[in-house]
Amino acid sequence: MSAALLSLRGVSVRFGTVQALKNASLDVCAGDVIALVGANGSGKTTLLRTLHGLVRHSGERRVADAAALQAMVFQRPFMMRLSVWNNLRLALWLGGVPRAERDERGLQALQRMDIVELRDRPARALSGGQQQRLALARAWALKPRILFLDEPTASLDPTAKKEVEALLAGFAADGMTLVMSTHNLGQAKRLATRVIYLDQGEIQVDLPTAWFFSDRVEGRAQQFAKGEMTWTIE
Amino acid sequence: MGAFAESFATAFHLIVHADPVLVRTVALSLLVSGSACACAAAFGLAGGAWLAVARFPGHRVLLMGLNTLLALPSVVVGLVVYLLLSRSGPLGSWGLLFTPTAMVIAQTVLVLPVVAALSRQLVGDSLREGGDQLRSMGAGPMLCALLMLVHDRWAVVTVLLTAFGRAIAEVGAVMIVGGNIDGITRVMTTTIALETSKGDLPLAMALGLVLLAVVGVVNVGIGLIQRGTGSALAGVR
Repeated sequence: MSAALLSLRGVSVRFGTVQALKNASLDVCAGDVIALVGANGSGKTTLLRTLHGLVRHSGERRVADAAALQAMVFQRPFMMRLSVWNNLRLALWLGGVPRAERDERGLQALQRMDIVELRDRPARALSGGQQQRLALARAWALKPRILFLDEPTASLDPTAKKEVEALLAGFAADGMTLVMSTHNLGQAKRLATRVIYLDQGEIQVDLPTAWFFSDRVEGRAQQFAKGEMTWTIE
Repeated sequence: MGAFAESFATAFHLIVHADPVLVRTVALSLLVSGSACACAAAFGLAGGAWLAVARFPGHRVLLMGLNTLLALPSVVVGLVVYLLLSRSGPLGSWGLLFTPTAMVIAQTVLVLPVVAALSRQLVGDSLREGGDQLRSMGAGPMLCALLMLVHDRWAVVTVLLTAFGRAIAEVGAVMIVGGNIDGITRVMTTTIALETSKGDLPLAMALGLVLLAVVGVVNVGIGLIQRGTGSALAGVR
């Protein structure tokens, strides 16, 4: 196994009276494609945001120098009331990309996501699928070492879902480390090299994908992997 | 009905004939209130953005105080500024009392809480929607807040219009610190108050209509600019 780019040790997150994450420990290594799965409210998004450093937590979060550049694609990406091109340039500016490189990188990102023809359109007027492509372009343009994705295809139609999956598979093939939360077990199976199952804020299972979907897991994780427990209310 | 008809006729006559006194009074009103709004915008937008992201002991109390100041009576502002600028006041040596500058200061104090409180609310709401996204891209808290002012720029224009409306329509503060001196500090509202006290109600009403017309024209002009630059900015490279 390669050295960890990002590690959590004994990390817990509390929102008021709710314990959203309990004593989580994990390593994210170069080249990993990790799928975070679990029922609604199991802590997937909280874990993802904690990994990215957006949430206050107890415990230790360690980021290797090589993984300082990270990006995140949110389930409902936020677009500024600007054109597609200006949203992209803003991300590059915030990401510290030198001015001379911004145009080239932005154009490459639009080409990679196949949305060049949208560059002058108002970003908030795009469809859900187009906005998700723009969000991916914005993240990809920064050339992050780790890309976090919060249910990246949750609100997309089947065609857009397939297209986004293909893009993510391309990112992974290029060597980008991906960590994504998903409700879609098929997607986890197709894209992930590792599956982490969460239940009530705790990491219950952390296994290679093939193992997770074999009979080696037990209990609620097995039920979940077999699609017998997609959500619970407790 | 006669008084109303006479008021409309007088207002129409004053506007059509571009009465020099009226033009001078309107120009001074626009200059004073516009300058006050510009000052309030400079401090209020930045202050509101900061209040949306800052967290410190007493933050809530400060917000409650700020919201309370939304109902600040203009005569109280006038009185405070008068005391500050009067000869015996701490800023008396500046010699600003009964000048348009004093009126600008008073109106700035009056509308600053409006700009700060509304922009804080605006930025706070937008941060709930997209703050994490901007932070994720590398923006610090204050930069996130300032970017939200850009994101909500049309709502910011509405905030400034609200402030301008409050400034140009008030009479108490400018009357106290300006003194309603003919040709120097006489603005629309103080003229209306003067004509009313003299019993010339049709002229007072006519000036009121002119004031409304001026604000209406400013609104329409800003609306047109918004429409034009809105589409241009959205598609700008």
